[in-house]
Amino acid sequence: MWKTIKRWYHQLGSPRYFYRFCEAVLPWLVPVSLALLAVGLVWGLVYAPVERYQGDSYRIIYIHVPASSGALMGYIAMGVAGLVALVWRMKMAEVMLKALAPFGAVLAAVSLLTGALWGKPTWGTYWQWDARMTSMLILLFLYLGIMALQNAIRDPRQAARAAALLAVVGVINVVIVKYSVEWLNTLHQGATLKVVGESSIDASMKWPLLISMAGLWLLYAANVLMRARTEVLSRERRSGWVRRLVRGGEA
Amino acid sequence: MSAPSLGTVWRASLRRELTLIWRSPADIVQPLFFFVVVVSLFPLALSPKPALLALVAPGAVWVAALLAVMLSLDGLFRRDQESGALDLLLTAPVVSVVPVAAKLLAHWLLTGLPLALIAPLLGYMLQLPVAVLDTLMVSVLLGTPTLTVVGAIGAALTVGLNRGGILLAVLVLPLYVPVLVFGAGVVRTALDGLPTGGLLAVLGAILALAVSLGPVAVALGLRISAGD
Amino acid sequence: MDAPRLTVRQLGCERDHRMLFEYLDFSARNGEIWQVTGANGAGKTTLLRILVGLHGFYQGRVEWSAPLSPSLLYLGHQPGVREELTARENLEYSRALSGQTGDPDAALAALDLYGFEDVPAGRLSAGQQRRIALARLWLDGKDVWILDEPFTAIDQHGVAALDQRLRQAAEQGVLVIYTSHHRVGDGVQRLHLGEDIEVAR
Repeated sequence: MWKTIKRWYHQLGSPRYFYRFCEAVLPWLVPVSLALLAVGLVWGLVYAPVERYQGDSYRIIYIHVPASSGALMGYIAMGVAGLVALVWRMKMAEVMLKALAPFGAVLAAVSLLTGALWGKPTWGTYWQWDARMTSMLILLFLYLGIMALQNAIRDPRQAARAAALLAVVGVINVVIVKYSVEWLNTLHQGATLKVVGESSIDASMKWPLLISMAGLWLLYAANVLMRARTEVLSRERRSGWVRRLVRGGEA
Repeated sequence: MSAPSLGTVWRASLRRELTLIWRSPADIVQPLFFFVVVVSLFPLALSPKPALLALVAPGAVWVAALLAVMLSLDGLFRRDQESGALDLLLTAPVVSVVPVAAKLLAHWLLTGLPLALIAPLLGYMLQLPVAVLDTLMVSVLLGTPTLTVVGAIGAALTVGLNRGGILLAVLVLPLYVPVLVFGAGVVRTALDGLPTGGLLAVLGAILALAVSLGPVAVALGLRISAGD
Repeated sequence: MDAPRLTVRQLGCERDHRMLFEYLDFSARNGEIWQVTGANGAGKTTLLRILVGLHGFYQGRVEWSAPLSPSLLYLGHQPGVREELTARENLEYSRALSGQTGDPDAALAALDLYGFEDVPAGRLSAGQQRRIALARLWLDGKDVWILDEPFTAIDQHGVAALDQRLRQAAEQGVLVIYTSHHRVGDGVQRLHLGEDIEVAR
């Protein structure tokens, strides 16, 4: 097991292998993710039963929850990639870190937007400074900070390493922000979907949610791989395999 | 060949940093001035009514202190970078955490500490009851070192870039959220007459985390900005 | 002959989508003086920054036979002198930081800064500020000197004194690597960065 992980780590650490991995995975990853997303959303938005207290307005969770969780996971992944980039100076981790930011920021924005739309019928206002909305807003700021820093530094490797440090600091910060705003304010409902243990959500509502969540996460992964692939080609443009590729050969 | 002891480097660095700030008094006075001016804008913008002011005072003092610290950090490494002294520090045969920590301590002593010392005065001007002024001062005292260290990470990462100021704010302000929440929160808790010990302990814990890991991150940030 | 102190293999560096240099190969020993030449923008400063470990983005290998930092005396493109501090304070700080030994006042005097020890560097001329930085070469305890444009902004007399100091140090076993556009003296190894990298002895 450990050996397999180690081999993977080394193989994916090689830009050329990574490129070939992308070429192999993306052609099915994109359609699969889109199909899952479509199934999950149509099921959730059209066929899933109406919720007892919130009526149809609850259906926004089929977008809101996948987007929120995707934004959070993306930022944590950036922190992990940042740590790997800083400690082991692994180039691919720098590439991944850069590729993770834009889609993550979009998901954070989508989460805020759908949260606001959900808030109007449930709380009677589009915006509440409750713990989760506030945390997500700060998370969006952190995403934008990472992108601004990357944008400001001209050398791509230096930009990536600077962003790596900021992402690591940011992940530690996210944890403390979460506690601080929870202390500040507790109004939001608790988590309704638990991976382990009993969930308080009915199976007829849970399945479409899980499917659309898987779809959005895979779409995020596909987006990351596409961005990373472009970055790898740009970084490795002087190497033999990219030159062969440009001339129409095999990578 | 020869490598200096950590003690020698620490003492020489601290002396140098204190001398440097001491010889450009504007670096000490201007953050204080900024602090006072921003706080005095609040009664003008809101209303001079004592009851209202006392309600917003903890937040107003804290936001002003936070901005003062952040703005003072923009130039923390700039002159060292432009003069080439930063390269000296990074190529020295000691871990750069030591001279970096000395720099942060010196900066806090001559910027953060004075802010904490005049915070009660500003709280009083904003009609805070005298009974909570000590809590205000302690909270700023415990919070500003964290603000200095965390902000210095941003300053280190933006040191070579020409558009430091706004970019620094974009990077650092989201990281300041927990300190702001708990810092102002302690004072509001004291206003409500509730015990503040637990929250002060939280501020202290955040401070311990920042002081123990922060200088390493700052030193790393400086290396990255140098091009490593 | 003893083993090289510095071995550079297939070194290449890219800046802003342009290769500064590529396939750079050379090795340097203690007691040698190396002059790096090349036009503006040829990558002289970047090469030195790679050698001292400040610049980490390059291809190829840079190997020092023993850890560099305890031996290193690095003088960057900027002299590292703060204007608010006096000549002596500047020198004493860099001495403490690098762990050098020797008398700062004597070093300053050797560079014609006698009487200026307590003057803030900001009130001295550009050439005098360079001399404050160069005074580190008159302190002891370092045997790898990497100097970026040490001859800039100093007068003829200073150039002669510095040249003599570099040769004297090399005789005592110091490895000196410096950049300069001009003046190639005798007995200096030359490394030219440009269209064709050239290593001459």
